[in-house]
Amino acid sequence: MPDLSPDAWTAIALSFKVAAVATLWGVPVSTVLALILARGRFPGKALFDGLIHLPLVLPPVVTGYALLLLLGRKGLIGAFLDQHFGIVFAFRWTGAVVAAVVMSLPIIVRAIRLSIEAVDARLEQASGALGAGPFATFFLVTLPLSLPGILVGATLGFAKALGEFGATITFVSNIPGETRTIASAIYTASQSPEGDGEALLLSVIAACIGLAALVASEVIARWFRRASS
Amino acid sequence: MIDVEIHQRLGGFQLDVDFSGDGGVTALFGPSGSGKSSVIKFIAGLTRLRSGRIVVDGAVMADGQTRHVPPHRRRIGVVFQEARLFPHLSVRHNLRYGRLFTPRGQRHIAEGPVIETLGIGHLLDRHPSTLSGGEQQRVSLGRALLASPRLLLMDEPLASLDAPRRLEILPLIEALRDEFGIPIVYVSHAVEEVVRLAGKVVVLEAGKVARVGSPTDVFRVAADRFEIMSVIEGRLGPPNAPFQLTPVETPAGIVWLNGLVRPLGREVRVLVHATDVALATRRPEGVTIRTVLAGTVADVPDGSGPSVTVDVALDGGSRIAASVTRAAVAELGLKPGRPVFALVKSVALDERPL
Repeated sequence: MPDLSPDAWTAIALSFKVAAVATLWGVPVSTVLALILARGRFPGKALFDGLIHLPLVLPPVVTGYALLLLLGRKGLIGAFLDQHFGIVFAFRWTGAVVAAVVMSLPIIVRAIRLSIEAVDARLEQASGALGAGPFATFFLVTLPLSLPGILVGATLGFAKALGEFGATITFVSNIPGETRTIASAIYTASQSPEGDGEALLLSVIAACIGLAALVASEVIARWFRRASS
Repeated sequence: MIDVEIHQRLGGFQLDVDFSGDGGVTALFGPSGSGKSSVIKFIAGLTRLRSGRIVVDGAVMADGQTRHVPPHRRRIGVVFQEARLFPHLSVRHNLRYGRLFTPRGQRHIAEGPVIETLGIGHLLDRHPSTLSGGEQQRVSLGRALLASPRLLLMDEPLASLDAPRRLEILPLIEALRDEFGIPIVYVSHAVEEVVRLAGKVVVLEAGKVARVGSPTDVFRVAADRFEIMSVIEGRLGPPNAPFQLTPVETPAGIVWLNGLVRPLGREVRVLVHATDVALATRRPEGVTIRTVLAGTVADVPDGSGPSVTVDVALDGGSRIAASVTRAAVAELGLKPGRPVFALVKSVALDERPL
């Protein structure tokens, strides 16, 4: 690959690491949230739904700033985590993971929720009549039948996490080797007069990865549709 | 053994039901909207009981406000109108599903005999979506049974199948009843199914128990003469192959069934609509009717309409109801004690559920 600096390669590798870890955390969390939204009935559900989807409509900078206020070293939760557990997110790659999870959550939750809602509740009833408790029913019936949505959600969430910029740079800044992802690297390169070539190349790479993820999610969805018909 | 007592309002509908069932099949019979399926949901635990009591095999499943065992802890199997097989599991794994949750010591129903009785051995590696409706319902029966439940609920399990499919599944339910000894509560609005399967019928009308008794007793009384039916029990004789008829031997005479029905010697129940029965004071000659049953008039109800339903005690103890005109009753002088012959159009007799 011509003209890519070692720093750019580091940014690409970091992006993949952040996106992969964010997806690993995001999918189980999203599955629980999606289940609550799909099957739960409680007061304030619309508000809860709204909160999850908020990062989708807020300027990413606001989300990043909120994370800084909550999870920064002096933040409400951040200070507590630092003192009691020695966990720090601010200006660490783990903070980039948190930002990516929060930003990709609405997308993953939505895909999984639609899939869970498509599962026939009468099958869950039949499972109960066969002696399976709610937990067993979830893992043996609901979850496997929602698998297409979970895979599609994971793919889209991964792509979103790879491309996340606003919340990440606000929350954890743009530190080479620690928090400089592809997006931050493109931004940095575009700000310097000699960085044009690198910015373009990284942009093309980012576009290719994003497109590949979208195609993959469509292929997965189609494959499951065919398998189930 | 099952004891059910339900007093509960459901929407605009008051359900007041009290019945018990023994080891065999107890049928809940009634028109749609009479509350049959609601009763099933209470027994299964899918609806919470607030006033009443449900006891199965000595275990209290629900008792007013104080006790509600969740559905998955009741060990009560349910066969629904739709098969509800798990689409992501093979037939084999569908069948084994309930077993996972049955305590080891209570798995008293073995896979082999169930698969054999239901004739689903060749389907084990298939997926539910590739099965026909009848095959799916057979697997569903097996799946419920293999959880070794203490009670099996069947909520119109044949209603979504066509007539030939029903005729194919009905004997299987009969066989399950006889071979595995699990008490069954069977919901249906089809008289034919109920007569064939049930030892006891609970008739529901508008949320109340209207009548309880054996199929023979229950179906002899009905408000509408087209709904009055008699059940005659007998034993299959050797079929008449050239004419495609099978005799059912009863003490009062032979009832001819359409078609060749086997096996020889099997005890069967035959259902006769009161409107398909005529009465004669002498054994008639020169008529096309083949089935002539001897008996005596037991009851001629008073009435002012054009027709009455005459109750005839057949030789051997069965009863048959005949819907005849009041004019004919007067002309023939039909009154209790009078020997008569009940003439049944053979073509009306069939084993097939309508």
